[in-house]
Amino acid sequence: MTQTQAGAEAVAATCDSSSAPAIELDGVVKEYLAHGEVVQAVKGVTLTIAEGEFFSLLGPSGCGKTTTMRVIAGFEDPSRGTVRLHGHDVTGVPPNKRDVNMVFQSYALFPHMNVWENVAFGLKRRKVDRAEIRRRVGEMLEIVDLAGREKRRPREMSGGQQQRVALARALVNNPRALLLDEPLGALDLKLRQAMQIELKRIQREVGITFVYVTHDQSEALTMSDRIAVMNDGLVEQLASPREIYERPATAFVAGFIGTSNLLKGVVDRVASGCAVLRVGQESRVLVAESPGREGELLTITVRPEKITISAEEPEGEVSAVRGTVREVVYLGLYNSYTVALADGAEVTVFQQNALDSTSTAERGDAVWLSWQPRHSYAIGR
Amino acid sequence: MKRLAPYLLILPGGLWLLIFLVVPMVFMASVSTQEGDTLNGFVQTFNLSIYGDVLAQYRTQFLRSVGYGLAGTAVSIALAYPVASWIAFKGGARKSTYLLLVLLPFFVSFVLRTVSWKFLLADDGLLLAPLKSAGLVSGDFHVLQTTVAVIGGLVYNYLPFMILPIYVALERVDPRVIEAAHDLYASGRAAFTRVVLPLSLPGVFAGVLMTFVPMTADYVNAGILGGPENTMIGNIIQTEYLVNGDYPTASALSFTLMAVMLIGIFAYAKALGTENVLEAAAR
Repeated sequence: MTQTQAGAEAVAATCDSSSAPAIELDGVVKEYLAHGEVVQAVKGVTLTIAEGEFFSLLGPSGCGKTTTMRVIAGFEDPSRGTVRLHGHDVTGVPPNKRDVNMVFQSYALFPHMNVWENVAFGLKRRKVDRAEIRRRVGEMLEIVDLAGREKRRPREMSGGQQQRVALARALVNNPRALLLDEPLGALDLKLRQAMQIELKRIQREVGITFVYVTHDQSEALTMSDRIAVMNDGLVEQLASPREIYERPATAFVAGFIGTSNLLKGVVDRVASGCAVLRVGQESRVLVAESPGREGELLTITVRPEKITISAEEPEGEVSAVRGTVREVVYLGLYNSYTVALADGAEVTVFQQNALDSTSTAERGDAVWLSWQPRHSYAIGR
Repeated sequence: MKRLAPYLLILPGGLWLLIFLVVPMVFMASVSTQEGDTLNGFVQTFNLSIYGDVLAQYRTQFLRSVGYGLAGTAVSIALAYPVASWIAFKGGARKSTYLLLVLLPFFVSFVLRTVSWKFLLADDGLLLAPLKSAGLVSGDFHVLQTTVAVIGGLVYNYLPFMILPIYVALERVDPRVIEAAHDLYASGRAAFTRVVLPLSLPGVFAGVLMTFVPMTADYVNAGILGGPENTMIGNIIQTEYLVNGDYPTASALSFTLMAVMLIGIFAYAKALGTENVLEAAAR
């Protein structure tokens, strides 16, 4: 199925502005009345999702990501703010009149219909002619690898197969955007990883904008072009996976995505764009692109795999922090060290188990930790 | 012991049914082919021709009973479905209160409820007297002793048996499945006819079984609210048994009624079996 065919749909008339972003949320607030009190599930989200993008809404449960998605789908009307699809204000437009489709968390397949009838449901409602329905449903079942299972009922299928039916049922309509609400949550790890790759492939193949809601950071990092990390009804950071991992904007993002170390220190001096932080007596932390001024208290984050462990004090323009090894955990691919600093703070260090690995710090050893200035990242003050 | 447990569990109920259902039925079947009267006693003559005779003699009442049962069932579906779906989808935290309200009439005796309908619908009763004095209906207009009164009474008395199974079926419909229908361009109407209704049909099916059978066999409503033109087969059985003392005729009528309803139910299940109902709805 190509994009030009999508243009032949009835909705084409409303989609004249092809250059407009697929989805725009402008100051979206969603309030609920719970036990007589107003609760804000979404506290003002503004974001723009480009055509063809794989966009993730990532956050812990209750952060407002699902509500945000339901606002885009039209199941919830925002209390304030506007939703635009391809430049057209659709705030208040019911879901059956919006050209976006959703893959539900528990799939929500029609239990009384077989695979074919499930997938053809949307096309039938839009009065697509029968030959066209037959062709498109057949093609879509081919794409999701379910050809030959048309007559199966949802309850006769495995979780992974049901998942693909749900995907086909939404995608066959060639929506302007596909919304996926934790679609892999119910699958076991192996299948989930396979489906992640599969989803990404399908997205490339059909070229449709995907909006993906998940609480699984590795899932979001694997698949997304961009991620909006949400917490407590607000977007904490909106950036590419690399940016989010390497340069978390807030302590929340640093903590939620992967393992991260937070260190606090006072800016000693700033030289050629590089700040030097005093952390305890003998330790120093170098921060490239530091926003800090002399005397200021800064919080920086550094990823465990960026840190090198050594017995001697490192030389050169690097961060150097003294500590004592508290714990060593062998994890196959790498060792995880927990190092306690003089002030009691703990730092996690991952050291890859390379063949020539000589770093064999033991529990109780006094060690030096070092890392490059660009790996220290000052987070929101 | 473990292997015996299921059989031991079924024993009390099984014995109960054996003693109080099977034994009397066998006894009644035996009575139906006997001849004689209450004064001189009955003698078993294996008179099978009585079945043909009663069917011929009371054909009108049989047809009327089935007709009333069908009409009452149809009206019950029309009334019960909206109520059940309102409770299931809009009932919120008060669902159980509404269900209790539906069941509340059961706390009053069946006969008493029907008798109070008689007062309500009497020619100069609470309903008709004001209408007549206001000149809205003519002076000789009446509701009692009509088909409408009997079917109305049947519907009133058996409505909860229709509401409850439909409610249970609707309650089990996953709201996300309905959302999925809306998401796939279904209007409110299409979401209902394509998704909600087919998924609730097993409840309607159960409701039909639970109302059609007792409605068709009912005699209280026809006896209290109906006239001579509304006599149902239940009234005939009652009269033959208690007034005329013609036990063989009463027994034969009972078995014929049972056969008629069993055939009807099986035909219905065959034509619209749960699985087939779903199949048909998906198209």
